[in-house]
Amino acid sequence: MGNRIVTKKQLSENVFTLEVESSLIAKARKPGQFVIVGIDAEAGERIPLTIAGADAEAGTITLIFQRVGKTTAQMADLEVGQEIGYIVGPLGMPTHIEKLGTVVCVGGGIGNAPLLPIATAMKAAGNKIITILGARTKELIILEDDFAKISDELIVVTDDGSYGRKGLVTEPLEEICGGDDKPDLAVVIGPGVMMKFCSQVTKKYDVPTQVSLNTIMVDGTGMCGGCRVEVGGETKFVCVDGPEFDGHKVDFDQMLRRLSAYKSQEQKAHQAYLDHKCRIGLKRNS
Amino acid sequence: MTDSEKLLQDLLAKQQTEKLKPKDRYEIPSQPMPAQDGVVRRNNIEEVATGYTETQARLEAMRCLQCKNAPCVAGCPVKIRIKDFVTEIADGNYGEALAIIKENSLLPAVCGRVCPQEVQCQEKCTVGKKFKDVDQAVAIGRLERFVADWDKNEGSIPDVATETGKKVAIIGSGPGGIVVAADCRRAGHDVTVFEAFHKPGGVLVYGIPEFRLPKAIVKEEIDVLGKMGVKIVCNFIVGRTRTIRQLMEEDGFDAVYVGVGAGLPKFMNMEGEQLVGVYSANEYLTRANLMKAYQFGKGADTPIAISKKVAVLGGGNVAMDSARTAVRLGAEKVYLVYRRSEIEMPARVEEVHHAKEEGIDFRILQNPKRVLGTEDGYVKGLECLKYELGEPDDSGRRRPVAIEGSEFTLDVDTVIVAIGNGANPLIGQTTPGLEFNRWGNIVVDENCKTSLDGVYAGGDIVLGAATVILAMGQGRIAAAAMNEFLQQDQ
Ligand SMILES: Cc1cc2nc3c(=O)[nH]c(=O)nc-3n(C[C@H](O)[C@H](O)[C@H](O)COP(=O)(O)OP(=O)(O)OC[C@H]3O[C@@H](n4cnc5c(N)ncnc54)[C@H](O)[C@@H]3O)c2cc1C
Ligand SMILES: Cc1cc2nc3c(=O)[nH]c(=O)nc-3n(C[C@H](O)[C@H](O)[C@H](O)COP(=O)(O)OP(=O)(O)OC[C@H]3O[C@@H](n4cnc5c(N)ncnc54)[C@H](O)[C@@H]3O)c2cc1C
Ligand code: SF4
Ligand code: SF4
Ligand code: FES
Repeated sequence: MGNRIVTKKQLSENVFTLEVESSLIAKARKPGQFVIVGIDAEAGERIPLTIAGADAEAGTITLIFQRVGKTTAQMADLEVGQEIGYIVGPLGMPTHIEKLGTVVCVGGGIGNAPLLPIATAMKAAGNKIITILGARTKELIILEDDFAKISDELIVVTDDGSYGRKGLVTEPLEEICGGDDKPDLAVVIGPGVMMKFCSQVTKKYDVPTQVSLNTIMVDGTGMCGGCRVEVGGETKFVCVDGPEFDGHKVDFDQMLRRLSAYKSQEQKAHQAYLDHKCRIGLKRNS
Repeated sequence: MTDSEKLLQDLLAKQQTEKLKPKDRYEIPSQPMPAQDGVVRRNNIEEVATGYTETQARLEAMRCLQCKNAPCVAGCPVKIRIKDFVTEIADGNYGEALAIIKENSLLPAVCGRVCPQEVQCQEKCTVGKKFKDVDQAVAIGRLERFVADWDKNEGSIPDVATETGKKVAIIGSGPGGIVVAADCRRAGHDVTVFEAFHKPGGVLVYGIPEFRLPKAIVKEEIDVLGKMGVKIVCNFIVGRTRTIRQLMEEDGFDAVYVGVGAGLPKFMNMEGEQLVGVYSANEYLTRANLMKAYQFGKGADTPIAISKKVAVLGGGNVAMDSARTAVRLGAEKVYLVYRRSEIEMPARVEEVHHAKEEGIDFRILQNPKRVLGTEDGYVKGLECLKYELGEPDDSGRRRPVAIEGSEFTLDVDTVIVAIGNGANPLIGQTTPGLEFNRWGNIVVDENCKTSLDGVYAGGDIVLGAATVILAMGQGRIAAAAMNEFLQQDQ
């Protein structure tokens, strides 16, 4: 019934790419949209992942994910030929792609994955693309080559200076916003904290800013309200109204708090999965 | 022999010689529904009401006066021949009773459990009227459940007519969708049900909890569809994965039924609703039921708030289900905050009764003003206002009015908002030409046909949040119209 893994690549210690058969979604999806994935229909979690790319002809979509908890750990353990339990989508509003002039694209960590299809489409629409990619350290920079292909200018920064410039993405962003060629739009995708600070910088220079929010989700169709955030004083559902919003209006602090609501249970589930794997491993060896 | 068995025997013996008189029937005590103990059941998710025994069922059925005009039938939205099936039960002919029910209702095991009988069939019952107490009416729903459960192992598969070659798409696998699928398949059409979630059943699986409607019952009904040759495609969101237009123009579907339910949670738009620990009932119940959060750490990994003190806002079935689920997830104190009085509560009377037995603290004529949070963004309390009843409003119910200065705070760590659902806009946004009213519900004619040819709709997306039996009733009407449309189209 599909969802078969066609290729698998490890991009860094905890980041993986899967190309998965999903012909209807491959055909219907647009940049900026995501899917909800579940490994176990009986008792598992449903997690949202951006569609990082798609091949409508081959009927495959590409997912790039970071191993952070139980479900992503389970996914990382799947091999080519195996099937992902279920995939549903495409979900969310597509990115509004338009020729604006100069677009600065800022990616942090795993945020590079959802950023790539947007940057690619913005380039194809005729925009000048300046890309800033940031990560804690060199090994965590993903998709640099892909961005190099579509960017007119590419800046890489690392927190520890192990690669590119040392520092945070906000620094080159501030230089660009304050420079002569003031961008017409900033697209910022990464950890919540990063999006918050980038939005503060762009606000100072009055550069319109799009962020892509990664709230916790259940259904992805507007039915549960679990993904809600406050944007400009109004309640919005990230899964249907987003995931992209005006970064100058999002209440990031609240979003970050809601994101950590289940921390202790998530850790328990993850640990139980690791223990379980470990026990199976022991059995095999003995 | 128990007293009940003895009574039944005496009555049967008496019937041998003469017909029972109304007086004899009035003397039969109304049979209570056996239920799990209120304290024990706080700690399990098993069904609360355990069902009539055969003796109880026959005694209850004998209470029916077999009224000539059978007023009860008018109270049933699908017009089940109540008098006739109850008579069969009294005579011990359960198979015949079930066959009569199935003429009009395809899901008796479900409706017998969840219909709000006290405002439908049982409200009109002569016996209840005689005692001036609807609780004394013939327990039609319980009898319906009894025969449906009795049938458990004989699950018959309806006959399917010769293949017509026509394709029918059903969007949403709730009770309405299930009924349309069965009726269209019986007519020989090639039927596919598309469901957004990873399991079929609609509200019957993600909303109504296990302790009120065991999921095995719903699964059986879905399995019957499968055996009839209905295709069920989960993880398929019409409007996203494919649009209605694509289904009809590119994928060859000749007719479509839209049964997508309500599915847009209402919030109160009060301060503090974004705090961690505030849920819509939809999210809370979906996590708990569909995704089995009650088994967290024991086979499931769906997280849910670990609550000590919970406030549920609302007075309908959804609110009762949320409150009773919270109890089962281990909350020590659960408040149910409702701004009108108990008579106005839209929930089924039995659920209100069960909720009270389970220790839920009813706070009627109270309404929240804002949610109070800790510094790091978690719920720490609910500020409420006291209310009193004023003049009747549009709905004929007396309007609740806030008493100024009556603020007080409930000490809670979780708030579940269960004040109803609006219509999910997805189908509207992706189906040009489909007509909606100003509340976002699909407009249909008396045959459940929409403004688009070949497209029919029913259930909550048409009626607003309604009931299982109303969704099924519309499903029947729609299926009949669709079958006729497909025949003309030949
Ligand atoms: C629209 C959208 C698109 C996304 N796209 C991607 C993507 O392309 N690649 C990718 O790696 N991740 C993406 N995410 C985040 C991804 O969904 C989470 O990393 C995932 O849910 C973690 O699941 P888990 O069971 O492995 O970890 P868990 O143990 O459930 O969570 C581990 C930690 O991750 C955080 N987390 C939990 N759920 C989410 C969530 N839904 N979103 C963000 N963080 C979460 C929490 O802080 C938690 O403590 C996206 C999220 C959204 C909303
Ligand atoms: C908690 C709760 C308790 C209730 N208790 C009772 C009760 O005791 N008695 C009673 O009579 N009624 C009760 N109701 C109301 C009753 O459940 C509903 O009226 C009834 O289920 C409506 O049926 P429906 O056929 O319209 O579809 P629903 O049951 O609402 O199902 C619709 C289905 O469509 C799917 N769907 C939605 N959009 C799409 C899409 N775009 N593509 C594919 N699939 C889609 C949904 O995932 C869902 O599975 C309760 C409701 C709730 C929420
Ligand atoms: S379907 Fe519901 S309303 Fe009709 S007879 Fe049965 S319980 Fe009563
Ligand atoms: S109204 Fe009551 S007593 Fe009369 S036929 Fe119906 S169920 Fe029997
Ligand atoms: S995930 Fe449920 S409403 Fe957005």
